Amino acid sequence: MPELETDSDGVPIDMISSERMEGMASIEKVNLILDSVREGKIVILESGLSPDEESKLIEVTMSEISPDGFSGIEIESYPKQEASQGILGKILGNKPSKLTVIGPANQIQTLHKDSDLITALVSGG
Amino acid sequence: MGIISEIRDSISRTISRIFEDEENAKIGIYGPPNAGKTTLANRISRDWGDDAMGAESQIPHETREATRKKDITIEHDGRSVTLDIVDTPGVATKVEYEEFVDYGLDEDLARERAREATQGVTEAIHWLKEDLDGVLYVLDSTQDPYKAVNSMLNGIIQERSLPVVVVANKIDLEDASPNRIEEMFRQHETVRISGLEGNNIDNLYETIAEEFGG
Repeated sequence: MPELETDSDGVPIDMISSERMEGMASIEKVNLILDSVREGKIVILESGLSPDEESKLIEVTMSEISPDGFSGIEIESYPKQEASQGILGKILGNKPSKLTVIGPANQIQTLHKDSDLITALVSGG
Repeated sequence: MGIISEIRDSISRTISRIFEDEENAKIGIYGPPNAGKTTLANRISRDWGDDAMGAESQIPHETREATRKKDITIEHDGRSVTLDIVDTPGVATKVEYEEFVDYGLDEDLARERAREATQGVTEAIHWLKEDLDGVLYVLDSTQDPYKAVNSMLNGIIQERSLPVVVVANKIDLEDASPNRIEEMFRQHETVRISGLEGNNIDNLYETIAEEFGG
């Protein structure tokens, strides 16, 4: 990804297309997201992550938290269409969530969320 | 060695300690911090065992290591099920030591608690993915359940086809809204309770006997 000179007053936002994420292994996705978030960026994923990928993201996040530095992430996505039970339900249940917003916990705060709207407050680093 | 491998090695050592001898179905109590997991674990343990499982607190991440209570036999209406109940640390995406300072802990203790809490979150996720046979998913009815962590844990529960009972806790509080929880987890059985006051607890035991009793 090309380096971007950022204004210290601004908050950079990476909007990552589903095509870009499609061919990546789970750990590559996790590293891509966390590298950006640790730099103070907000990451918006077009197609979100699967539950297993989200759990890996949280595990790695936990390993990187330090009292005077990184304090973790905020993550929000629209509620998934609820899966029915049975084989089809399990398949649907494993689908990645919809558009997902991830940011540094000390910079992003969810103000409002419902089935089709997420309102977030982003503060400068 | 990658970071995920290092985490897994560390966790597997802890798992061996917690789950060293397996006989009964292991039911994990899951949910976000401060949902009332330990309060419920203690109520189950007192009602069907001999003593409490862990310390209850308003401070988040009071439970930072899983505690297991073995051979809890729950009986209802002629049915009985013997389980091992595992109270787990609350799963979160952030841990800020300053939050513990705000609750009155001194800074060194707050930093240590934060470090233990991050480890506890990682362990809780691993147990859910690899070692548990069923889940009591506890949520605070006064809080919005539509959180990414709840969706993630629910997704893992579905992937593993684990039996689950959703517990809409704290219904004794004025602003409780358990219908939001029932809506979000509508493919699972949800029981409204107050773990603290004991409201509707018999209904929960009946559901546990049905869901986990085979």
